[in-house]
Amino acid sequence: MTQRPTTTDADLDNSVLADRLERTWRTPKGFWGALSTVDHKIIGRRYIITAFVFLALGGILAALMRLQLAQPEARVIGPDRYNQIFTMHGTNMMFLFAVPVMEAIGVYLVPLMVGTRNIAFPRLNAFSYWMFLAGGALLWIAFALDMGPDVGWFAYVPLSGPQYGAGKRADIWAQMITFTEVSALAVSVEIIVTVFKQRAPGMSLDRIPLFVWSLLVTSFLVVVAMPSIMIASTCLILDRLIGTHFFNPAEGGDVLLWQHLFWFFGHPEVYIIFLPAVGMVSTIVATFARRPVFGYLALVMALIATGILAFGLWVHHMFVAGLPRLGESFFTASSMAIAIPAGIQIFCWLATLWDGRPSFKTPLLFVIGFIVTFVIGGMTGVMVASVPIDTQVHDTYFVVAHFHYVLVGGAVFPLLGAIYYWYPKITGRMLSERLGQWAFWLVFVGFNLTFFPMHILGLQGMPRRVYTYQPEMPWHGLNLFVSISSLILMSGFLVFFIDVIHSARRGLPAGPNPWAAPTLEWATSSPPPSYNFLRLPIVRGSNPLWEETESLTVGGGLSVDRREFIVSSVVEARPEARETSPGDSIWPFWTAIASSVMLTWSIFSPWAVVWGSIPVAIALVGWFWPKGTPEEEA
Amino acid sequence: MKERVVADFSKLPLHGLGNASATWWGTLAFMLIEGTGFALIIAVYLYLMSLAPVWPLNAARPEILPGTIVTLLLVASLVPNYLVSRWAQQQDLRKIRIGLIVMTVLGFAPLVVRFFEFPALNINWDSNAYGSVVWTMLGLHTTHIITDLADTVVLAALMFTRNGDNRRRYGDVQDNVMYWNFVVLAWLPIYGCIYWIPRL
Repeated sequence: MTQRPTTTDADLDNSVLADRLERTWRTPKGFWGALSTVDHKIIGRRYIITAFVFLALGGILAALMRLQLAQPEARVIGPDRYNQIFTMHGTNMMFLFAVPVMEAIGVYLVPLMVGTRNIAFPRLNAFSYWMFLAGGALLWIAFALDMGPDVGWFAYVPLSGPQYGAGKRADIWAQMITFTEVSALAVSVEIIVTVFKQRAPGMSLDRIPLFVWSLLVTSFLVVVAMPSIMIASTCLILDRLIGTHFFNPAEGGDVLLWQHLFWFFGHPEVYIIFLPAVGMVSTIVATFARRPVFGYLALVMALIATGILAFGLWVHHMFVAGLPRLGESFFTASSMAIAIPAGIQIFCWLATLWDGRPSFKTPLLFVIGFIVTFVIGGMTGVMVASVPIDTQVHDTYFVVAHFHYVLVGGAVFPLLGAIYYWYPKITGRMLSERLGQWAFWLVFVGFNLTFFPMHILGLQGMPRRVYTYQPEMPWHGLNLFVSISSLILMSGFLVFFIDVIHSARRGLPAGPNPWAAPTLEWATSSPPPSYNFLRLPIVRGSNPLWEETESLTVGGGLSVDRREFIVSSVVEARPEARETSPGDSIWPFWTAIASSVMLTWSIFSPWAVVWGSIPVAIALVGWFWPKGTPEEEA
Repeated sequence: MKERVVADFSKLPLHGLGNASATWWGTLAFMLIEGTGFALIIAVYLYLMSLAPVWPLNAARPEILPGTIVTLLLVASLVPNYLVSRWAQQQDLRKIRIGLIVMTVLGFAPLVVRFFEFPALNINWDSNAYGSVVWTMLGLHTTHIITDLADTVVLAALMFTRNGDNRRRYGDVQDNVMYWNFVVLAWLPIYGCIYWIPRL
């Protein structure tokens, strides 16, 4: 079986080489080609678009809530639907937008930034997308059928348990968790292995781009945190479906157990969303300040420190649950400690801008907006880390304001900046700078006008998750103000969406490197060809395109008759082997279909796990059974 | 951008084994995920125990025999498992085929005993939270055995086809060996929790 493919890239000139590589790596056209593709760029693009569709849907829910709350005793939405809407908004934004969109951008960019040809386990990647899509569809179809979960995005028991949560609404929530966590875990494994083993020769640990570092740390957070929510939601389904008693105090269970398991996942979840954003900021700051980022090592250490501390904070979500005082003090201390790595990063970015020659294009504007907004969110974070203040403002709009400042300010602003930054790479066309400035100012001003008053509403005692309030309460004026301001915020997003759709066809051609950026994804054409790089780059510094302006150093000798890339060592990225990357396959799609049937069926019957696993097993065998392709030879 | 060829990759091996293989790292990552899951369910067990006035909660202690037989079978299976790994390294197809059949049998054996292990817990999953957590622990680990057994069966079948004699397959065999070691290793703390903590 050791039959060596004959032609390598050394034998061919560039145009023939491009042609041969394209034939080996391209995704076949047509319906089945689209379902079978394993190209990380196509899947990443799908992931990003799907996640933004969920953002828009979640935004519509937010608009409905603001419509209802604009006046006291409004009758736009009834209490039952309102419960579903705020649950859907949170669940959708966390599980279907924020985490997937960050991972999606990783799926697209990490292989390009480390200089390889596809992500590790590309079929798993295809599978993860279908699972994500199925989970999103499950949630939204249920909502359309008036079966949407109505127990809040953290689904506390006993409200979500068998006694109070009648019907299937809470099960829909719990099973949607399984779908999205399977997909997030799969992507994390892919990213970890891609970063460990597929880096361009020479890209030692201290030369990895900061965005890639941030996704590596994030992926480890996912790997350690997500099993907790899967255990929790599985126990919840078992309690509801077959009568276990994990959360039933009458039979030795405990409701706080849910809160521990949920927040052991839920707090790292915040950093799973925030750390990739930090990586985006470091990337954008360096490019637009036109100098290497200040304090590379400090920034990497801050990422890792944040990742570790993220697991020591979960109890600060439970300060009013009546836990021992000593435990609370520990979690207060660690909650405040995490401000240290955050502060280090902010000073590094400021130093980079200070010493550079900043060019205030749209991506950098969003970063500046991020720094301002995130610092405010961080300060209210230090406030609610203190038990007495938290006791006062718990479950009020103060908390709503706080977490929108850290999540929208901390993650969505950098994300929008990142879209403006990398859109030219993904589509080959520039977004409009003029519309970009409009989008930024509308979003920035609209966001602050919408969410800042919520701090005051919270201090005035307005609880979150109420579908209406009485006219005697002193909240009317501010609520109306917030609702009107949210129109500005939404118009900002509208401008953004218009720009994105319009520029896909009409934007100015971008060329390979429109921002004169230093990292490898800009070394190839925009959009990149199916094989990413004509020859695989060899790296000699942290900012390859700034250090070698004349030509890119590359290695030759890979086969063009089958999908080959270089496996390199973990620390120094010394080349170890010519490895093959699997080709397109329909089986990940069938596996996802079979898994979706099993998981959805198991909401209704425990036997689904037994009978439903048979098609899953068949699909998996189909997936892994050798098909005699050149990639399987060794 | 112009390219300057400075290295020749054509002499590199066509497939890396052990930690030069992506699959090896992927297996490790999935072990980390599942290991975290097992650690968490053990944490749930200990948490519920810390709240209970007596432990086991309103139930007799689980009978120790079936669980111990499973443990002995699993630990004993490590020896042929190790041999399979060595044969995979030597790329000795004939021995690997025999070894994988032995491992298939040794994967089934604990499942048979496991069938008697559930009733030996002396409690049902819906009796109380103690019953729920021990059934879940045992259920999770049973799923673990079944998945790796299925993998072993498919791999054994594959080794008897023309696709068997391939460096990639030998790598797959080694990853399967590593995963089975993990299945055995993950069982030991669960065994300790279910059977020995109530006897402390």
